[in-house]
Amino acid sequence: MMSKAPKDYDNMTDEEVQLELEQEGVLLSSVNKLYNWGRRSSVWPLGFGLACCAIEMISASASRYDIARFGSELFRASPRQADCMIVSGTVTKKMVPQIVRLYNQMPEPKWVISMGACATSGGPFRDGYNVVRGIDLYIPVDVYVPGCPPRPEALLHSLITVQEQIDREKIKKVRWYQKGTAVEFPVPEFGAKGLVVAGIPGVADPVGGVPQMMPFVSPALGGQGERHTDPAVLEGNVPKGLVAEIREGRAGTNLLEEHHAAT
Amino acid sequence: MLKTEELQINIGPQHPSTHGVFRLMATVDGETVVHLEPVFGYLHRNHEQLGEIWTYLQTITITDRLDYFNSMINEHGYCMTVEKLASIEVPERAEYIRVIMSELSRILNHAAAIGFWLQDMGSWGTTLMFGFRQREMIMDIFESVGGSRMMCNYMRFGGVARDLTPNLVEQINLFLEGFPQFIDDFERLMMENEILLARSRNVGVLPKELAAAYSVTGPVIRGSGIPYDIRRAEPYSIYDRFAFDIPVGSVGDVYDRFLVRMEEMRQSHRILRQAMEQLPQASGSYINQAYKAASKQQGLRLPAGEAYCRVESPKGELGYYIVSNGGNSAYRYGIRAPSLINLTALNDMCRGYTVADIVVILGSIDIVMGEVDR
Repeated sequence: MMSKAPKDYDNMTDEEVQLELEQEGVLLSSVNKLYNWGRRSSVWPLGFGLACCAIEMISASASRYDIARFGSELFRASPRQADCMIVSGTVTKKMVPQIVRLYNQMPEPKWVISMGACATSGGPFRDGYNVVRGIDLYIPVDVYVPGCPPRPEALLHSLITVQEQIDREKIKKVRWYQKGTAVEFPVPEFGAKGLVVAGIPGVADPVGGVPQMMPFVSPALGGQGERHTDPAVLEGNVPKGLVAEIREGRAGTNLLEEHHAAT
Repeated sequence: MLKTEELQINIGPQHPSTHGVFRLMATVDGETVVHLEPVFGYLHRNHEQLGEIWTYLQTITITDRLDYFNSMINEHGYCMTVEKLASIEVPERAEYIRVIMSELSRILNHAAAIGFWLQDMGSWGTTLMFGFRQREMIMDIFESVGGSRMMCNYMRFGGVARDLTPNLVEQINLFLEGFPQFIDDFERLMMENEILLARSRNVGVLPKELAAAYSVTGPVIRGSGIPYDIRRAEPYSIYDRFAFDIPVGSVGDVYDRFLVRMEEMRQSHRILRQAMEQLPQASGSYINQAYKAASKQQGLRLPAGEAYCRVESPKGELGYYIVSNGGNSAYRYGIRAPSLINLTALNDMCRGYTVADIVVILGSIDIVMGEVDR
């Protein structure tokens, strides 16, 4: 039997040591791994259907696609028991206060999947006066799924992506164990001319204009409940000529009309 | 006698049994419903406004999203209206393909609707999976013809987007062969189920006169005993060529609506069998080629005027109304949504029954919020 060269454990990362030892027959685990394993294996979604995408969500939980293979078959009717909110469908201005309230009622840790074009950006109904242009303006989103509606496989993929994100979480750094980071997201209210969001002056999402606020930073990118500050994230989301004006802080109700009149 | 007090309870808009984002304000006396007020608008996504901004061809895509269970029938109705206004002729083969797709949609819708209804009643999972298994088979067919599972965007003015390939014809025939077995199994599973009978017989009764007064349509009015079906009352497309029966109920309760839906699936199967037999003899192309070439050259501009067309959607009478002022998008665009009008009878159906019956009755109407709120 050949003797192996002694390993240089000092110059290896923890994960490399762990992999090395697993090959030798020594199983090691960390609290991180155990926690993440528990969380990723039973992500319970909120049984919450908004529009067309909800039907594909149900298809994903039906026998052909069988979301139970990923531990997420238990659609809970109560937000208090749910881990993951699948925003499945068009979000209207009448519905968004309830969605934010439901999200606030979900206990940490919680994840949000924005399913379909409508939830992500307003989709085909973006031009409508009553349609919210992306749920990420109101709550932070972990995973976006494109499609109208996305196929059940796409939803399963988004669930796997959430699980991969959970795998990367470090128990010392996750937001729900930090001091003073319990974030209650402001519930929009119905003002005289449209939705009013705390901290945003004027009408938050004016008809015919652009949203007055930036989307929330995704927790997957390290967001702790704050909004994007770089207006560049709006690029591609609004007509090109408008981006500079938004940078200058001129984003207002009649900007789109001005833009159309000028071109 | 104890003095009781009326209590108002709120169901929805986030509730697993409201079939979407729908809110019910029920006034109850003990367990008995005294008054019920539906609140909707949570999925109002400006369908009619967009139909006036977008061109006629673009608008087909959002008609898919009206009643997202049967996109094919929505498209059919919309295309018929534009064709009526623009006097576009539809070749025979295209009509056959349209009817085949419409009837497949009807089966798909009823299979899912019955599954959801039974799920609301407490048959958690199994029956819904049964319905969805059948739905997936039709979804495969739709995906092959339209490219998308739900939002097919398959019909065009003057026909359909693509022809049926021999492969697809075989696939549809295969589905039709297996279908009677499914419906027999389903019937044996559910029809005599004691819980189902207890929860649905003599529940949510809608008398004949009241149903007509509310102008409800679809399985709801047929369950109440009025044989009103647009396919028979005002045959559109080529429905006058097929032999089929219109099932009617006798009591007008929830159970009758369930039976009507079951029988309608059988009748759709009957129509499909006839259509698949006659399809090879149908003349013409899958689309009006002369019109297709002309519209590619100069786009679609409808003559000024107005048109109303109606089709029998699985929910009831679906009507489209278009006013054109000669441009390439509608001046006014309106929809008669069957779900919305069937929903108006909900208060009368629920009054006097218990709170637990509300979801059963609501499920028996078979609403889709995309269509109710538009």
